[in-house]
Amino acid sequence: MKGKAKVFRPTAFSFPYLAVTLVFVIIPLILVLVYAFRGKDGGFTLDNFRKVFTEKETLLQLGKTVGIAALSTVICLLIAYPVAYILASQPFKKIAILSLLFIIPMWINFMLRIFALKSLLSMIGVEKSFGAAIIGMVYDFFPYMLLPIFTVLSNMDQSYVEASRDLGANPVQTFFKVTLPLSLPGVISGISMMFMPIFSSYAITEALGDMGTTVIGAKIAALFENQNYGSYGYGSALSFVLLVLVLLVMLVGNALTRRTQKAPKGGKA
Amino acid sequence: MSIFDKIKKIFTKEPAPAPEKPAAPTPKKGENIIEIKGITKVFDGVTVLDNLSLGIKRGQFVTLLGPSGCGKTTLLRLIAGFETPTEGEIFIEGVPITGIPPYKRPVNTVFQKYALFPHLNVFKNVAFGLKLKTIKDPTAKKGERKYTKAEIAEKVNLALKLVGLEDYGHRDVNSLSGGQQQRVAIARAIVCEPKVLLLDEPLGALDLKMRKEMQIELKKMHENLGITFIFVTHDQEEALTMSDMIVVLNDGVIQQIDRPKKIYDEPKNAFVADFIGESNILSGVMEKDFVISFLGKSLPCVDKGFEKNEKVDVVIRPEDIKITDGAGNGHFDGQVLTSVFKGTYYEMIVLAGEYEFTVQSQVEFRPGSTVSLEIVPDSIHIMKKILTINKYIGKVTGENAVTFCNGEFSIPTAGFEVGDDVVVYVPFDAVELTDDEEDGVIGAAVTQSLYKGTYYQVQVYTDTDEDFYIDTADEWDMDDRVGVKIDGAKVRLEKYDPQEEEAE
Repeated sequence: MKGKAKVFRPTAFSFPYLAVTLVFVIIPLILVLVYAFRGKDGGFTLDNFRKVFTEKETLLQLGKTVGIAALSTVICLLIAYPVAYILASQPFKKIAILSLLFIIPMWINFMLRIFALKSLLSMIGVEKSFGAAIIGMVYDFFPYMLLPIFTVLSNMDQSYVEASRDLGANPVQTFFKVTLPLSLPGVISGISMMFMPIFSSYAITEALGDMGTTVIGAKIAALFENQNYGSYGYGSALSFVLLVLVLLVMLVGNALTRRTQKAPKGGKA
Repeated sequence: MSIFDKIKKIFTKEPAPAPEKPAAPTPKKGENIIEIKGITKVFDGVTVLDNLSLGIKRGQFVTLLGPSGCGKTTLLRLIAGFETPTEGEIFIEGVPITGIPPYKRPVNTVFQKYALFPHLNVFKNVAFGLKLKTIKDPTAKKGERKYTKAEIAEKVNLALKLVGLEDYGHRDVNSLSGGQQQRVAIARAIVCEPKVLLLDEPLGALDLKMRKEMQIELKKMHENLGITFIFVTHDQEEALTMSDMIVVLNDGVIQQIDRPKKIYDEPKNAFVADFIGESNILSGVMEKDFVISFLGKSLPCVDKGFEKNEKVDVVIRPEDIKITDGAGNGHFDGQVLTSVFKGTYYEMIVLAGEYEFTVQSQVEFRPGSTVSLEIVPDSIHIMKKILTINKYIGKVTGENAVTFCNGEFSIPTAGFEVGDDVVVYVPFDAVELTDDEEDGVIGAAVTQSLYKGTYYQVQVYTDTDEDFYIDTADEWDMDDRVGVKIDGAKVRLEKYDPQEEEAE
């Protein structure tokens, strides 16, 4: 038997995942790349990209998408930070149920949540509009913004706050000079967890927004739904540009996190 | 003279410039800068500090010393303002400070883990407090202003120089060693010119060599700056080395306040004696003034003022026992059990009668040899017994029933069998007194009722010559007959071992 027994390597467990990734992520990505650079005649072309960067309507939509993503992210941050701060502060720290309340919505499929919100909004008289779309985004991504900030704040060593107060900073000064800077890693990861998905999503704006809120994701979807052969190439080029933009945002976010996240070392001599 | 003038003076040979006008009368050194009056602190029903009063003199190096959980850090945090007392008041220079938030108090803290701001470099950490400060300046618009950048830079650099880190301003605090972080933390606190510097076990995280260096440096700094230091530590050696005054704390109560030498030489009770240095602690009886009896011998001593035949603790330091060869030369004859070389002396365990003495001597006596122990009156320290728990010898007389002091009490007896002899530990708060003697398991007479600030400590005397100590909210009249009940759930049982009992 010696030497004949097959060694079952632990890495084999990753094969199913690799297969799925290959079929549903890597190959489609390659297809997108191919379509983006392929002209109507089947040869190499940069026309699709030229169209992306010259067509006014597309650029406008791209700008609008960034604007919507930024606006909902900022609103969400402004709501989530105080909530996280309160939840992480002393009297609430041990009440896990409170933070659970904010996480439970994450267990429900987001499309369901959006349609529920749509009915709710129309019940109180808010119809499909720019505002409704923003409300939808903020509502949907709230837990993703809350959790990283809450985690950083609740793990923060209280002695920094005490040191600040000891050195003469009042509570407001302490917040802006110590608590806020030290919680930036959480803020940044909250932003990137929200900004990027919003950037490329269109389901929420489709369901809740009006004509004025058509985002770039919707345009790409429309291009692919259109069976016209040429729009495939244009849609692929647009997807590719979007992908690069998201990657850029991610890189900037990571760099910022690394700069702010300097874990204090214990007192080793 | 401000702290900075003093720091400058350390680095410049020339005398500091004389102040232009005579400054306000500088407070005298002897007066109390901090006055703590009747402070009680209760956390979740646990009393951490119990009606504690303390005065701290201006300019002194005061150490709060005690085992972990004794309340020393809580006391420091009360002074810093991170906690508010449940009862009592703290005064700094005569001003009550309970309502004053930490950022307005004239004290600064060096934290146990330094708490240096990780997002700021060394310079900015030290400058943190200065940037926030407003100073009086008659030439400014409102009579006060912030420090200018140049002033801040000068002060920060001086403070860094004082702690020996002058070229480290631009460094990231995380890149520093523990000792360096410690120095930055000290610079950050003293740069604010506090009236009192609070140090919360600041040397705890350093290795031994670094610690010894920092001890000397801190002591020097204290002498040069002239401000009051309050230092918290559980390390008795550190306390003895550095302090002008030591406050020994245990269970939230001050055990002794004295100069280091006095704390060591004349501990007030067995706890202090045991905590500071090594000691032999024995039970004895004070026969009369200047005569103490222990281990079956009557010896002359220098203490008086105890009641006739009062049970007391006898404390003898290992280095105070004179050990000589052969029997009959001293007060006790004994046999050497073990001998360990400790660098400059030998530490021997000598069995004399039933007690194992720890003896230190430059001369070694081999294990097995017979020796005489001589104890001069001067080195016998007598202290009042302090009890922390009621202790009785009893017998398990049934399932969940233990008999002692002529009464059968219901106490969980899991792990013991009927007929077992047990030691019964009854906490002070597990005893309940009843007005009617018949309501209790046994009867007793009240012999003492002491008010301890938040409760009464009552002492009752049973018909079987035993004492019970009880913590209770009510006052009981002396000589009243009462019934004694016990909350069995709070009682601890231990197997009774007669041999071990005697050795104790």
